[in-house]
Amino acid sequence: MIAIRALFTVVIGAPVLIGVVLTLGLALGWQPGLGQFDPGIDAFAQALSLPGFATSLRLSLVTGLGATLGALGVSLPLGLWLIGRAGAARYLSPLLAVPHAALAIGLGFLLAPSGWAVRLISPWATGWDLPPDVVTVGDPWGLVLILGLMLKEVPFLLLATLIAAGPRDVAGQMATGRSLGYSRAQVWRLIIWPQLYPALRLPVLIVLGFSLSVVDMALVLGPSNPPVLAVQILRLFSAPDPEQARPAAALAVILLGIMGLCLLGWLGAERAVATLGRHWLRRGRRIRQKQSLSGPFLAILGLMLGGGSLVILGLWSVAAFWRFPDALPPGISLSRWQAADWAHPALSSLGLAAASTAIAMILSLIWLETEDRLARPMRLGWLIVMPLLLPQIGFLQGLTTGFLWLGLPPGPVAVIWAQLLFVFPYVMIALTGPWRALDPGLTASAASLGAGPMRRLFRVKLPVLSAPLMTAAAIGVAVSVAQYLAVLLPGAGRVPALATEAVALASGADRRLTAITALMQAVLPLAAYLLALALPLWLHRNRRGLRGGLT
Amino acid sequence: MSLNLTEISLTAPRETRALFAPLSLSVAPGETVCVMGPSGIGKSSLIALIGGHLPRGFTTRGTVTLAGTDLLDLPAEQRSVGVLFQDAQLFPHLSVGDNLAFGLRADLRGRKARREAVEQALEQAGLRGFAARDPATLSGGQRMRVALMRSLLAAPKAMLIDEAFARLDADLRVEMRAFALRHIAARRIPALMVSHDDQDAQAADRMIRLSR
Repeated sequence: MIAIRALFTVVIGAPVLIGVVLTLGLALGWQPGLGQFDPGIDAFAQALSLPGFATSLRLSLVTGLGATLGALGVSLPLGLWLIGRAGAARYLSPLLAVPHAALAIGLGFLLAPSGWAVRLISPWATGWDLPPDVVTVGDPWGLVLILGLMLKEVPFLLLATLIAAGPRDVAGQMATGRSLGYSRAQVWRLIIWPQLYPALRLPVLIVLGFSLSVVDMALVLGPSNPPVLAVQILRLFSAPDPEQARPAAALAVILLGIMGLCLLGWLGAERAVATLGRHWLRRGRRIRQKQSLSGPFLAILGLMLGGGSLVILGLWSVAAFWRFPDALPPGISLSRWQAADWAHPALSSLGLAAASTAIAMILSLIWLETEDRLARPMRLGWLIVMPLLLPQIGFLQGLTTGFLWLGLPPGPVAVIWAQLLFVFPYVMIALTGPWRALDPGLTASAASLGAGPMRRLFRVKLPVLSAPLMTAAAIGVAVSVAQYLAVLLPGAGRVPALATEAVALASGADRRLTAITALMQAVLPLAAYLLALALPLWLHRNRRGLRGGLT
Repeated sequence: MSLNLTEISLTAPRETRALFAPLSLSVAPGETVCVMGPSGIGKSSLIALIGGHLPRGFTTRGTVTLAGTDLLDLPAEQRSVGVLFQDAQLFPHLSVGDNLAFGLRADLRGRKARREAVEQALEQAGLRGFAARDPATLSGGQRMRVALMRSLLAAPKAMLIDEAFARLDADLRVEMRAFALRHIAARRIPALMVSHDDQDAQAADRMIRLSR
């Protein structure tokens, strides 16, 4: 047990801690790798006096809190709409698999002034023969960035809502509330959703931490000068002048502090909202409401934006010369696919995903099997949560330095390890539910037939759980392929990947190559999901009870 | 103010045959009618139809009126039909008092007046001082009494009881049934109870048996 706990602490916990400590150390003037130690807080003064600091701070807060509140707000009516629909969850998982960068690039192609949305209605409806002179992508308030974040986060929160609602008698409570005179929307808001919220708290906080510190989407969709704090930090870290590293680290520490404050503020606001809700509920007001259409409306809007983003990637990747107000490219050409080197980063991404997912799967199995054999929990949940809650830019640069200092130079191994910090938690979360739900009678009867623990694991548990194992692996691949900073920083330019290539290309002028790279980034996880769906079907083609599928 | 069912028939999803022969029934204010029948004949579905909680896919024929209003076109929350479900369905995240306050009709205004109404309902249920209690700490009979009070506080124009006493112990069942019927009768509203327990039928004013 001690050895196993140590394993997880070293593999997952230590890198994050080292990363945070070294970032903090750098901000305070301690650089163990260089043997430098001149303590002081002048880096913070430098950071605060950077031009545009206030704007960056405002942008981060507006986009971070805006995206979180927006996603949660949208997930409420959508959750009510989906709750009675069987199989809703299986359509959400593939939506979750689309990587942030690919979605952001597609959304940019869709919403830019010269984007597909404007082309589709021009010039016949708008009269525009030239792209309109308005700022959409990169708007100074980060509204398009908020939209992009919400497109990724709403499915995540919806899935969490459906999972939380699973074991509850939602239909019975709905009937009870309505028999007391409340509309469906009111019963959902006042009675059912508040019971689900405790299970939503962690996903919401993960969304908050992610939105406050997102880099790849902010590079593509956010304002560029000044950018959000996380992007500003990345720019300073990668500036040619090494003197910029200290204010960068100081900014990263400030971002960590902001995350902490926002988290505390959120928890406080939760209480305030709960109190207000109880007061409202005691007044007994019934709001007459016609059948609400906001659920289906939001679902269609989201699918149009998300689906449109992927379709436009496909279109641009094969578009011949495509002039502005034309709704569709005049011709299709595969020449860019033939000429461009997209296979190299794609294979590299695939290799990184295979490695990090395989390690994450093995670690998860070790964890869950150890808990089974000892019949008690490992109490290491903080290990799973920490990498997801902390801003990535707050520890990944420190981690890269730490790896180097400990003798692990930037390269594939460092990248795989960094990705593992994010892949492992999601694989673990995906696997825990089905693993615990496994009928204990199966292993008990195997034991009564004389099967030892290893035989029980390999001949009973793993085969029976093959469908959820495949799903967890697909989620691992999706998380790995989506990683941007975890490739950029520990890879130091030596490890190509679709995420970093796509984001770098997005700021250039070659829309076709950008589209090809982003499309490949989106295709890899979707292929993994399809495989996860198909393999159990084939493996268990003669076992109806085990075919499973995506959940 | 009576509850009238005219030629009601129900067909389950993907079935062609109706669950029971067409049912016509008039329940007068203050009267309790018990609908009996073997399990699977659609007693609970009948309650769900009148209350407005029938799952999608059922085919229905006939009309249901309450005090002259056609119920079947109205959403559940506008029917003013209270339902006492099998499992009391107290909301687990709210205190007993807040469960009752949620049910209490909205036109009683003022925080003090509303709290007094809740206290009074608890008193009537023999649960004085239970307002702050967690519903999970209540016994089965106590939960059922709170659920009934919550329904009645919403001032329903009719009350439906869906085998609500079946899960209680024999002694408690008699007491709970008497308690429920007394409170419903005191409000002069029609009540429809479905059950497969003969004692329920005897306690009601009238009994009707569903058949294929």
